[in-house]
Amino acid sequence: MLGFARTLRAAGVAASPDRVEAMLAAIGALDVLDASAVYWAGRLTLCSGPDDLERYDAAFAAWFSGEAPRLRPAPADRTQVVVSSSAPLEAGSADGGDDDPSDVAGQASADEVLRHRDVAELTVAEREEMRRLFALLRPASPMRPSRRRRPSAHGSVHASRTVRRALRDGGEVARLLHRRARPRPRRVVLLIDVSGSMSPYADALLRYAHAAVRAHPAATEVFTIGTRLTRVTRELRLRDPDKALAAGGAAIPDWSGGTRLGEVLKAFLDRWGQRGTARGAIVVVCSDGWERGDTGLLAEQMARLRRLAYAVVWVNPHKGRIGYEPLTGGMRAALPSLDAFVAGHSLAAFEELTGVIARA
Amino acid sequence: MTETTVPLQASVGFAGPEALADALRATGYLPDEGLATAAYLALVMRRPLFLEGEAGVGKTALARALAEVTGRPLYRLQCYEGLEASQALYDWDFGRQLLHLRAAEAAHAAVDTEALESSLYDRRFLLARPLLQALEDSPSVLLVDEVDRADDEFEAFLLEVLSDFTISIPELGTVRAEIPPLVILTSNRTREVHDALKRRCLYHWLEHPDFDREVAILRSRLPEVTERLAREVAAATARLRDLDLVKPPGVAEAMDWASALHALGARELDPDLAARTLGAVLKYREDTDRVHSLARGALFGGG
Repeated sequence: MLGFARTLRAAGVAASPDRVEAMLAAIGALDVLDASAVYWAGRLTLCSGPDDLERYDAAFAAWFSGEAPRLRPAPADRTQVVVSSSAPLEAGSADGGDDDPSDVAGQASADEVLRHRDVAELTVAEREEMRRLFALLRPASPMRPSRRRRPSAHGSVHASRTVRRALRDGGEVARLLHRRARPRPRRVVLLIDVSGSMSPYADALLRYAHAAVRAHPAATEVFTIGTRLTRVTRELRLRDPDKALAAGGAAIPDWSGGTRLGEVLKAFLDRWGQRGTARGAIVVVCSDGWERGDTGLLAEQMARLRRLAYAVVWVNPHKGRIGYEPLTGGMRAALPSLDAFVAGHSLAAFEELTGVIARA
Repeated sequence: MTETTVPLQASVGFAGPEALADALRATGYLPDEGLATAAYLALVMRRPLFLEGEAGVGKTALARALAEVTGRPLYRLQCYEGLEASQALYDWDFGRQLLHLRAAEAAHAAVDTEALESSLYDRRFLLARPLLQALEDSPSVLLVDEVDRADDEFEAFLLEVLSDFTISIPELGTVRAEIPPLVILTSNRTREVHDALKRRCLYHWLEHPDFDREVAILRSRLPEVTERLAREVAAATARLRDLDLVKPPGVAEAMDWASALHALGARELDPDLAARTLGAVLKYREDTDRVHSLARGALFGGG
């Protein structure tokens, strides 16, 4: 049984020792010789979400049929993938080699220039500088009223506190105590396009996402979109931006691939958005709007998103270019459902985005 | 840390998952093997059962059925954001306490201040809320419904109650359940529930029932509906689930649909009547449009 638990852990199900202990107790309560009883005892105690069930089924079948268990590649192998998959982004500009890093380091006046430079056109050294500036970015936190209340000097009368105070004062209501709604951070959901056409910006966008997640871990969700939907919130919670981005990169299977915005947006709404992630949230879609699929589906899903979310913001890096017109089919399909349409090509644009999110 | 060392009780009244499934079937709730095993283990191991699944697959109904077969009272706590201890655990009835104090004053009985003070925090001035009720009235069934709608603060104190089944009231003392209540937590996955809470529970993911079980559920819950109508409704519902809709219909919707059709005097699913009663199964305009645009015969053909 313990060997089975180890197989399961290797397959990605978090079968912690206390869960294994519970499984043994469950098997003890059932018929040990019945294979389906053993199956259910393990499934009920070791799994903790629908994602675990598939892995559990595969591991169970493999282990109890005597096959050699198929293991997921060890973490060390996965880091290798990271480096190779995110490397093109790091050295995104072709003219990166011939620049002296000391050109930009520590110059106050350079900051201002960098803030407005298109991140796609930066050299390696400038990228380093940009990275430092991103670390200073403080994403604002929009607030919403909540149903939880807190004692306050103003607001509606807090009846139970008032009476409790009165009991202490010998039954005399000497003064009224009040309470008011306590504001809570509003959820911000970032959907970041990591397809080929967005690859010069994906790194910067993920850095922005990392800053946002670090600032409000509980109220921020990040997904990447491309040919499929990937949730990277967990990976981006790591403190160090480079480690977090590497972990995020490892989790994203569709770096620099194609785009099926409509389909992926639908997957997001079906699996997360409708259930609550998008409800009352500020949803920020970061994409150039290049849609390989049907733009009708995208328009439909954007309208659906608009009805669920509190505000929908679209970030298009190309909007920063002079003379930009939203001509791509995907962009035109999305425009009617947007509350704000902003650029996301430079640090200054990200600061503007922060302002848009805070005011939404 | 965990409750696994509790000696297994032979006195749960059921020989095994099959016996429990039979008892549940007798009440009109038709569990599959996994759910029966989960419920049996929850009873025997005294662990809370954490149920997740699409809306309308019968999570809440299970708690009612379990209360019926075990003969225990059911206490239900509906979760929502901002749920506080005073609404989930207990509250003091301040108004009555104040009146009591005034009455004592008027009768000049307030000589012994200590006695007066202790009489103020008497059990009769305590308003028990679902969690406390379930512990006081043990053994009981406690349904914590839609726990994903509550916020982190509530989850934290739910964790405290579920880990040792005691509630301490500073003025009165500790309330401990002789036999821990059978706890059913349900979630629609609108948000990821904290891992610490899940670790203390048995976890079960409820699927939509297969065709035969759905027909059986319709027949046992709505005996007045004809066999033919039940089969056709189940078949059409299964086809609707395959259509990739915004909200695929659950068992609850299938039951609503069957009883709506029955109320209109239908003995079988005829396409016109089906189109008119679609509002019982589909709750989104996009879904309704989509289904109307399909050939009716394809969807509502014989079952």
